[in-house]
Amino acid sequence: MFQTLAKVVEKRILTDQIILVTLRSEELTNNVKPGQFVNVRVSETCYPYLRRPFSYCDVERDTFKLMFTIYGQGTKMLANASIGSKFDVIGPLGNGFNLDDDFENAIFVGGGLGIAPFPFFTRVLKNKKNIYTYIGARTKEFVVTYGLQNYKIATDDGSIGFNGNVVELLKNDLDKKFFNGKIKIFGCGPTPMLRALKQLSEEYDLICEVSTEEAMACGFGICQGCPIELSDSSGFKLVCKDGPVFNVKEIKL
Amino acid sequence: MNLKVKIGNLELKNPVLVASGTFGYGIESADFLDLNQLGGIITKSLSLKPRKGNPPKRIAETPAGMLNAIGLANIGVEKFIEEKLPLLTKLNTKIIVNIAASSVEEYVECVRILDKEEIDAFEINVSCPNVKEGGLEFGRSLSKVGEITGKVVASTNKPVIIKLTPNVTFISEFAKVAKEEGATAVSAINTFVGMAVNVFTRKPKLSHITGGLSGPAIRPLALAKVFEIVQNVDIPVIGIGGITNSEDALEFLITGAKAVQIGTHNFVDPSAPIKIIKGIEDYLRNFNFKDVNEVIGSLQLS
Ligand SMILES: Cc1cc2nc3c(=O)[nH]c(=O)nc-3n(C[C@H](O)[C@H](O)[C@H](O)COP(=O)(O)OP(=O)(O)OC[C@H]3O[C@@H](n4cnc5c(N)ncnc54)[C@H](O)[C@@H]3O)c2cc1C
Ligand SMILES: Cc1cc2nc3c(=O)[nH]c(=O)nc-3n(C[C@H](O)[C@H](O)[C@H](O)COP(=O)(O)O)c2cc1C
Ligand code: FES
Repeated sequence: MFQTLAKVVEKRILTDQIILVTLRSEELTNNVKPGQFVNVRVSETCYPYLRRPFSYCDVERDTFKLMFTIYGQGTKMLANASIGSKFDVIGPLGNGFNLDDDFENAIFVGGGLGIAPFPFFTRVLKNKKNIYTYIGARTKEFVVTYGLQNYKIATDDGSIGFNGNVVELLKNDLDKKFFNGKIKIFGCGPTPMLRALKQLSEEYDLICEVSTEEAMACGFGICQGCPIELSDSSGFKLVCKDGPVFNVKEIKL
Repeated sequence: MNLKVKIGNLELKNPVLVASGTFGYGIESADFLDLNQLGGIITKSLSLKPRKGNPPKRIAETPAGMLNAIGLANIGVEKFIEEKLPLLTKLNTKIIVNIAASSVEEYVECVRILDKEEIDAFEINVSCPNVKEGGLEFGRSLSKVGEITGKVVASTNKPVIIKLTPNVTFISEFAKVAKEEGATAVSAINTFVGMAVNVFTRKPKLSHITGGLSGPAIRPLALAKVFEIVQNVDIPVIGIGGITNSEDALEFLITGAKAVQIGTHNFVDPSAPIKIIKGIEDYLRNFNFKDVNEVIGSLQLS
């Protein structure tokens, strides 16, 4: 873990809603795993006060990218940052996805901005595994395919791709025996989507890891602010430190 | 230049401590700062048995601060001694263990167990607003604070610091009771009860509905509480509340706090405590003070 100043070197507007910011820092790009995140101090003043967590969207040499939509004041400030300005960033944080399981097919399922960690994941797994990407969005305006490969799209209103949710789209392919070899599912997105993935993975007996979200203050385990309940109700784990990636079997969604 | 301060028999190498619940069990921030430079580390509140804490949402951001309802999630005294204390005792700084319990007996039991260990002092949290069962907020009852202080002091030879709640009309009355029952010092303050509502869902932002407000938003309130105690009771006060930099810390020291604790700001800038120590040194140098004790309580009221 490092706390360091990262410099904004590029900004791109991907769609009306979605922004990609590239930052430079040697420390924050060393030994990063897909699924890990950074915690950004968006303002030096007390407003907003707490840092904002973002997934590593992509990592290339000494630069990393963050992909986000403008929600509130924090994302607005990040989106408005000028090239050359610096942000105090802590990272790499969290556990990241686990690549040690035995699988040939990596299935990425991203809902909304939940696709954020997958460009980096694609870069890491390229030429090592078969990658299948499932993108879910409300309408075609919210679809981003930046850095993704071999993707299928589902939209709630059918304005592009499959008309329905992204987990139904994946289920159709599983029913059609579309994949050759062992499968592992990697999911990131809103909780209802993760819940549907949990059900699907149980039904088809597949390994499935999901990246979860919870409000955070510190991002590295000192505030106890980001609990997620264990499936056996025995207690909580911390999303920032024990996660954000969990095997779906382990947690209550 | 001297930065050492004394709180009863407890000598700190400098007046900057880290507050309970904002620094984990003491070593989690080691990547960001040299722990040995701190005046002292106050651990997360411990209870006799482990506690799971409250379900999410446990935190919400508010203007210049945050609300928390962690619910005293902690690993319990036994596991703390086994897993955390061995690393802590290797550090060259004071280790103050904070205890929160749901009965007077539990406080005493925790203190008895920990008294045998290599720790430097106890901080007794009588003021956590976030736990429902057992009416834990003893801190609003003068007789309870008196009883807990008296019984804890009788169970240990180590310094006992009572951490006071600001959610009372006159905090100095509580400091007075703590002193009468033999406390070495008081910490002021814990969080203020606060609340926030999500207007989109029309639900409280915290699952516990209310939570503890901390951060820069409470600094002027905290300072006024410290002032009230210093003016009315002759007992060392450790100032806490919204400290983010050395100037904030100096406000408390000048008002009369013997030491300060950095809380929420550890989340925002984990290296802040060291910057604050350096900032206090610079201040002493720039204003020709030889000793931080010359600054403590130097408030000019006229
Ligand atoms: C591990 C982790 C990784 C993350 N990675 C990413 C990422 O890669 N990309 C990304 O975009 N996000 C990511 N997030 C989420 C990201 O942290 C938040 O989007 C960010 O904190 C928002 O900050 P803000 O200051 O802009 O908004 P805030 O002000 O903090 O919060 C959002 C605001 O939206 C308001 N709001 C507006 N409309 C509504 C509505 N209809 N319902 C409820 N609230 C509403 C809320 O009141 C709130 O004020 C991640 C989160 C975690 C925990
Ligand atoms: C997330 C969080 C957890 C806390 N947990 C504890 C605790 O376990 N025991 C305790 O005595 N105080 C606890 N506190 C209170 C702080 O130690 C401190 O008194 C308070 O936050 C005010 O200081 P600040 O404004 O600098 O944060 C907690 C505060 C926060 C923000
Ligand atoms: S955000 Fe502080 S413990 Fe997870």
